[in-house]
Amino acid sequence: MLKTRADKIFWAVLAAVFLGGLALTELVANEYYYTAIYAILQATIMAVAWNILGGFTGYVNFGSAAFFAIGAYTAVALDKWLGLPLPFLIAASAAVCGLMGLGVGYLTLRLKGVYFAIATLAMAIVLETFVTNWEYVGAARGVYILTPEKVPFFRSYIQLLFVVMLALTLGSIAISRALNSSRIGRGLAAIRDDEVAAECAGVPTLRLKLISTTVMGAMMGVAGAPYPFFVTFVDPLSAFNLFVAVNAIAMPMIGGTAHWIGPVIGALVIGGAQEAITVTISSELNVLVVGLMLVLFITLAPQGIVGLVQKWMKRRKR
Amino acid sequence: MDLFVNAIVAGILLGAFYAAVSVGLSISFGQLDIVNIAHPAFVIVGSYIAWILNSRYGLDPVLVGVLAAPIFFIVGALIYRIYYAAFERTGQESLSGLAFFFGVMFIIEVVLILVYGVDYRLVSAGYLSKNVDLGFVGLPLRLVVPFLVASAMTGAVWLYLSRTFTGRAILAVAQDRLALQLMGADPVRIKQFAFGLAIATTAIAGALLIMIGPVEPSLGRVYIGRAFAIVVLGGMGSIPGMVIAALLIGVLESLVSSFAGPSWAPAVAFGALLITLAVRPSGLFGRA
Repeated sequence: MLKTRADKIFWAVLAAVFLGGLALTELVANEYYYTAIYAILQATIMAVAWNILGGFTGYVNFGSAAFFAIGAYTAVALDKWLGLPLPFLIAASAAVCGLMGLGVGYLTLRLKGVYFAIATLAMAIVLETFVTNWEYVGAARGVYILTPEKVPFFRSYIQLLFVVMLALTLGSIAISRALNSSRIGRGLAAIRDDEVAAECAGVPTLRLKLISTTVMGAMMGVAGAPYPFFVTFVDPLSAFNLFVAVNAIAMPMIGGTAHWIGPVIGALVIGGAQEAITVTISSELNVLVVGLMLVLFITLAPQGIVGLVQKWMKRRKR
Repeated sequence: MDLFVNAIVAGILLGAFYAAVSVGLSISFGQLDIVNIAHPAFVIVGSYIAWILNSRYGLDPVLVGVLAAPIFFIVGALIYRIYYAAFERTGQESLSGLAFFFGVMFIIEVVLILVYGVDYRLVSAGYLSKNVDLGFVGLPLRLVVPFLVASAMTGAVWLYLSRTFTGRAILAVAQDRLALQLMGADPVRIKQFAFGLAIATTAIAGALLIMIGPVEPSLGRVYIGRAFAIVVLGGMGSIPGMVIAALLIGVLESLVSSFAGPSWAPAVAFGALLITLAVRPSGLFGRA
């Protein structure tokens, strides 16, 4: 695990961030900060997950909101049915959404990439229709979730969920980094650059694509599972929000898709800016800003922030 | 039985309108290979223009659609210019191009919400509340007029593509770009023209949409699935195939919403799309 110097730095940074999060719960009581950081963490997992398929493999998923929502609703349904504790709910959401990713991938990844993109969009609407008609989880009215008043070690349930989300985020960044530099990651990059050539060179393209859709789905499910407990209310409209899907695409695209750090940078920059604009100007405007930034970045700087920094460093070396 | 006949007739009327929404996408996605996810968003813009001019000056929505079409044509041509320079020339249309149109769709929706809010908007015209009675079934004019205009527009586009010189050039650019270039025609200019035409049809389709029922900014999302399902089912770029697929989806949706409830209707088109992609991606009338 700790083979190179880069590995050591990476794990040290992760540990430091996690300890920093723990320290924050001791120092700060104001719940606004947890809500704001939770939103950024959630967006980070979604962006990292999207990038595993979108950035590493080159297939666009427009249905991120559906994976997120199904993760949330799996947790809600299992909580209501069996009353399982949170870690089991998260694991179950990961399994359900991973299978969903595998299923969509199996149906459409043998075709042109465009069909996969449209199928994910279609899947989002079909699933939203089903959940809107599903009485057990409140149908279109939505459902309220009771959360425990007192929790061990932390001041409130919000703080506990914040730490859980921080751990999940760091975990998904680690998985994404490991995938990026592994044999699988090189295979995915080969698919992105030229799928036919990769196939001819003996890369098992379909299997690799299915692995990457499954991992992507599972991660998005994990991001969705704690959401209903954090906001204590969930309805189809908020869970299947188009904004979730737009963020999941915009953050990696703006950060840079080729490198594992890209979506993390994108999520921190865009997520931070969103919180700032929501507080200072208005929440509607922040939605527009993301859309505009997405279009501007992909037309003018297709390699994202990471690409801009790399270009700048090359110029300085000369 | 009456309900059944009514549902089928309403489905056919609706299907013809779906064909008008999809005919532009059949050109851009089916012929030009430009995956314009924002296509339905332009339809909604068309609806809002019809609503604004109708509620302020009392203009007929169909007339507004026809008047707005040339402006939409220019906008479409400009968007293709940007798309070509940023993605098509550099070979990045598969990832960045898709995300580009997704962003455009999102911006259109958010701007409409910011300016006009999320309320449902309607148009009024004297004939919209009347009915034509055919004895066994009563037809509301608010469905019959869009049916007639949609059929006329779809038919005109089909005749244009199959009979005129430029129309045939558009079909040629889809089949063999290089050969077209060797014949001395500029594929980029032809695609620009064709994409403009595709966007121009949304001005009229949008006016028809707001005649059929009230419109709000996020309504376009439901039409993404419908329009793509119809184009794929119809065999990518074949206009007669697209019309048959549109009628099929229209009738199926109408039956589902009369017998299972309207909240299930959106699932029909998407379900059809997923099944088509899984079973026969070349569509009903495409070559396998």
